Amino acid sequence: MRKADIADIITETAGIQKAESMEMVEQVLDLIKAMLQQGEVVKIAGFGNFVVRSKGERKGRNPRTGEEIAITPRRVVSFRPSALFKQYVNSEGQSQSVS
Amino acid sequence: MTKADLIEKLAEKAPQLSRRQAEMVVNTIFDSIRDSLKRGEKTEIRGFGSFRLRHRQTKEGRNPKTGESVSVPEKRMPFFKAGKEIKELLNPEEKVAS
Repeated sequence: MRKADIADIITETAGIQKAESMEMVEQVLDLIKAMLQQGEVVKIAGFGNFVVRSKGERKGRNPRTGEEIAITPRRVVSFRPSALFKQYVNSEGQSQSVS
Repeated sequence: MTKADLIEKLAEKAPQLSRRQAEMVVNTIFDSIRDSLKRGEKTEIRGFGSFRLRHRQTKEGRNPKTGESVSVPEKRMPFFKAGKEIKELLNPEEKVAS
């Protein structure tokens, strides 16, 4: 599924034109990104939390050459799915195709 | 920030939407991602990231109270991988490999 598929569903459920639905999806994603950039947690009930974590410097290896290199400190986003979401994907009545 | 805040902010940025529509937009985004994973289908959102399932295999666990060995069934876990754009947004001085 892609952004356009989400916009299609919004068009159906909310009665908004397709082009506008697309724009609304962008707006929501931009809002989430702006929050994460500020280091804020984004909590979506029934879905999960997006949390920004800071990682310190650590050692890594170039997998090709085996050479040891330093991985610089950075910020990463981790997504913690809610209990409901975890239950939902494991509940009955699902198709088992794996993409 | 919570989902309610997100709805509020969207309604501010898009005054042409009714409050109810803003709510539906936000809810539909997360519901449709959840439904896609339930179907076993991944969702890839350009400029944001991708949601897919990770599979945890059956493993032997122990009942911590009795020490009895039990089998923990296989399960599926929702997993999010941030896209390059988010990585760059959070680490502006860094060239991030995707």
